[in-house]
Parts: sequence; structure tokens; C-alpha cells
Amino acid sequence: MTLSRLAFFKAGGSALPGYRLSLTLTLAWTGFFIILPLSTLLVYPWQGGPAAMLGALHDSRMLAALWTSFSCAAIAAACNIPCGLLLAWALARGNLPGHRLADALIDLPLALPTAVSGITLATLYGPHGWLGSLLAVFGVSVSYNKAGIVLALMFVGLPFVVRAVEPVLRNLPQDLEEAAHLLGARPWQIFLRIIAAPILPALITGFGLAFARGIGEYGSVIFIAGNQPFKSEIAPLLIVVRLQEFDYPGATAIALVLLCVSLLSLALIGGFRRRFALWSEPA
Amino acid sequence: MSIEVCNLVRLAPGAQQRLLDDVSLKVPDGAFVALVGPSGAGKTTLLRAIAGLDNCNSGSVLLDDRPMTSVKDRAGRMGFVFQNYALFPHMTVARNIAFGLDVQPRAERPARAQIAKRVEELLELMQLQGMGGKHPAKLSGGQRQRVALARALATGPRVLLLDEPFGALDPIVRRSIRSWLRELHDTLGLTTILVTHDQEEALEVADRIVVMQSGRIVQDASPMDLDEQPATEFVMEFLGEAVSFAGEVRHGRMIPDDALVIPFVVPEGVTDGPVVAMIRPYEMAIQKPSSEQDVLSIYAAPRGTRNGYRHYTLQLGERIIPFYRPVDEADVQVQGVALDISRSRLFRQGLLCA
Repeated sequence: MTLSRLAFFKAGGSALPGYRLSLTLTLAWTGFFIILPLSTLLVYPWQGGPAAMLGALHDSRMLAALWTSFSCAAIAAACNIPCGLLLAWALARGNLPGHRLADALIDLPLALPTAVSGITLATLYGPHGWLGSLLAVFGVSVSYNKAGIVLALMFVGLPFVVRAVEPVLRNLPQDLEEAAHLLGARPWQIFLRIIAAPILPALITGFGLAFARGIGEYGSVIFIAGNQPFKSEIAPLLIVVRLQEFDYPGATAIALVLLCVSLLSLALIGGFRRRFALWSEPA
Repeated sequence: MSIEVCNLVRLAPGAQQRLLDDVSLKVPDGAFVALVGPSGAGKTTLLRAIAGLDNCNSGSVLLDDRPMTSVKDRAGRMGFVFQNYALFPHMTVARNIAFGLDVQPRAERPARAQIAKRVEELLELMQLQGMGGKHPAKLSGGQRQRVALARALATGPRVLLLDEPFGALDPIVRRSIRSWLRELHDTLGLTTILVTHDQEEALEVADRIVVMQSGRIVQDASPMDLDEQPATEFVMEFLGEAVSFAGEVRHGRMIPDDALVIPFVVPEGVTDGPVVAMIRPYEMAIQKPSSEQDVLSIYAAPRGTRNGYRHYTLQLGERIIPFYRPVDEADVQVQGVALDISRSRLFRQGLLCA
């Protein structure tokens, strides 16, 4: 095992042209652009000593903000799964007029500057906005509270779910469904037993991507969130607030926690995905 | 269970091309029918239409004289085996086979133990004992084929529809599974329709052969009738190698255009006029010279042996035609003065002369 892992670094015997070059480039790239900044983030908060760091971590406002960020990102990603699945289904299977336009529109939240989408959402769902005033009639408010944060995160996270699921749906052999249908399966049974298994890993990937984006999202959220400490303040915003107060250890402490928890949850999601991918190995 | 197809028409989506052009077919209970034809003839389209997988523009499919309108009507009563088997990759072999029973409504579904027993029975019938726990990806082509068959048979259908079931198998497995399939059909008393592009396969397993060409049924007959009386030139050519000679019938004799081919007496009822004589390479003979002075104008050059026949090629004017003689024939006439094609079938305008 160890030997085979070491063999990976040896160039001799490899049939790939430019093996050494590409390996060096890849390692340098990941080192400089990903690992170096992240390790700085790991080291920096401790400069004031462990006591200062622990003090910074023991901040209830920060914990509330982190909770808001993670819970809202998870809820938004979970809500995006059925919506994204439906959209991906319509794009992959339905040959509706205008599906090319819809296809292009899906990616738009990725291209739009996040502040623009934030302002748009705030205007639309604000107490006097078109949809906000309509919802206010039913006593529902989706601005300046957590519902608003979830809404904004759903908006930016949707493309990830759609783009993760759509190619898998497109490549799903149609005869599996036909076979199930001929064997007497009803539509929901076909979906649950035949289609769900192969698309589950893709759905988990989509969830993971949307969740990760949701944790780091800033621009589109702050306009609709209201940003009340302990209520609707997200962690990235709190970092900015701390920076404006010149409280660098506080800011980096939040960043450190954010980093660790994100890494952990993404690793967990990755583990789930591999677990379910084993079920649906293609024949 | 008998199957009847009435005036089925299916147009290609968008285009006006007819994939199925007014197809009617009656398959009695217990028959083994093979649908053959070149690619694009509509064989698979017809099979899918019988299974209800594609919507047809007009016509109907009757199962035991009851019209079938949707796949739901057929579910569990028709087993369908897809060309690439369409096994569910994330389920074990046993779960694949049990699928048709598992999805039945609670009220009709057999108990868990009964389903397991049925799966065991089918595994044994398919000679797949001990394979129930494996995933389809771990099986060989022939095993997958049998799992697909077992899955199709789990609900006890009386009709089996097979779409090119041997296409992906190697020749040896192909031959053994072919005769095994025929045996299965006989023991279970099924009504089977098989689609294949391989006419030899069809001739070997089926009681009846339905030849299709561009969305139509050209001939529907037993293998023997098909060989003796092919309805059209196309059927004659499709069923095996054939050589054609143009000529004319005059006063009850066929006079070939080629001077090296001997005129022969045609059956009664063939009127005078141009005809095409078609013959299999093993039905031809070379005529011996009757005296020393005769010029030898036909030579057969040996080209190896296959399936009990010695193969030769003959130069006939500008044409090169195949010529077969049985291996065990003592004294093969390989050179002579003329070609005897009196065992030909005669066609006029593509159709057999009655």
C-alpha cells in the first residue's frame, strides 16, 4: 500500500507524457493558491496567544452568526434539491418550447454580481416590494429575517443542483424505465426504485455545492437579511463588521471556525456521496 | 395467449415516413414467431408497438381477443427482453428478478417468502444457482441474458417478446442459448415473438418466420415454405445466398439471356414474358460435355469448404457466381459446357410466379 502510494511520485514507467511537469505544476498550484492562504488562516488567529484566541471564540454573537449561516445554508440547499431536480428533469427530458432559453437562465445567478441579485431580491420581497406586499397580506414576511436569508441562498444555490443532476438524468438509459414500466411498476415506483438510485450521488453533490456556496455567500444576503445581531446576521457579514472595528483576531477567529466546520461538513457530504455511488455502479 | 395485430400504422415523429405501414399479424397461442428483416425494416418498432412502448397512429393490438390500450393493460402478462437487457444496475440479480412481483399492489403481492421461493425457482430454471446476490455488472453476457429472461418471466406471463436477444453474445454462447430458449418456450408453453436480423437464427428456432421490409410484412410462413416459395426476390436473397438469371419464358420454356445457361421447362401456369430465375448456389449443376469435340467453357475454381459444402466460383461471361457442391459427392463436375439451373424459382416484377 505504502509502496504503491509512493510509486505515484515516481516518473519512471509512467506512460503519461509530461508526467513530472504536470505533477509539479499541479502540486505548486494547489500549494500556492489553496493550501498557503488557508494555512495562514490557521496560523494567524493564534498570534495573540491562546488565551486571546479562546476569548475571541467565546463570543455568543459569533456563535449565533455561525448558526445562522450554517442552518440557513443547509435549509436553502435542502429546498433547492426538489426544485433543482424538477428543473433538471424538465431540461433533460421535456422538449418544451424555449427550453434553450431556460437552460441559459439557470446559470444566470452565477454570473450576476451578488450585490445586484441581493438588491433585486430585497426590492422584490421587501415590505413594499411586489411580492413582499402580496405576502404581507397573508402575514408572511420574507425580508429582514432568516426566511429572507434562505430565499437569497436558494437563489444563488439553485444552478449548482441543476447542473449536478441534469447530465446524470440525460445519460440515464431510457430502457430501464421502460423495463420497469412493463414489469408493472407505477410512475412513483419507477422514480423511487429505478431513477433515484443513480441520481442520488449527483443530488448529494448538488447539495454539497449549494451548501458550500451558501456558507460563503455575502453580497446577495446582506440586503435582504436585515443583519440584526443574534437574529439575522450571517458569519461572513460579522467578519466584515469585525474588520471594520479593526478587531483582526476576532475576524480571523470567525474565519477559522467557518473554515473548519465547512471542511468537516463537505468531507461528510463527500463521504455520503461515495457511499451511495457504490450502489449505482453501472452495469 | 394469442396475439393479434390489426392494421398498425406508425409514422416517424415529425416526418411523414412510415415506420410501420398497415401491419397485420396473427400469432396463435403457443407459437414461436421470428420477425426478420434488414435494419430499419421496422422489426423492433413492431415489437415495441406490441409491448405498448410506443404510441401508434392507428391500429390495435389484441391479446386473447381483448384490445390492449396501454402498457398497464399488459403489465405482468407480457415479458419483454431488451436488446441490451436493461437490468437495473443498482439491484442484485435476485432483486432484479423479483422486481415485477415487488412492485405489485400490496393486495396482490405475494408474501416475501413466496417471492424469494419464486426467485430461487427462476434462478434454477435459468441455470444461475447461487448468483442471486451478485450485481449485474459482475455477470457475463450470457448470464445477464438469462437474468433478463428470468426477470421477464417472474410474473408468469404467457407471452415473451425478445428484441435481438442474442446480439451481444459470442457465437458459442449464442448457439447454446438459442436451443435452450426454444426448450424453455416449449416447457413453459409460451407464445414467443423474437426479433433478429440473423435469418439463420430465425430458421433454427422459430416455427414461423415473418419477413419485414421497409415497415411492411413481405412474407409470413414456415421456414420450409419460405425456402421453397419465397414471395419476392427480396425474401429469396435475404434468406441466403442466391444467384439470379434474367430470361424469357416462351411456350412453357424459360430461355435465359446467357447462352451458357441451359433452357428449362417451367411449371404450368407461368405465362410467356420476361422473368428472373433465382437459384441457390448448391442447387446448380454443370453439364458434362457429350462428346470429345465439345468446347469446355465453364470452369469452377475451388474456394474452400464450409458447412459440408465445397465452395467454388464460376466465371460466366463477365459475372463471377458462387457454386457449391456437397463435400461427400464422389465425382464433382467442375468443368463442362453449360450450367443447369432447372431448380430455380421464377420471379416476375419482383414477385414469385405462381
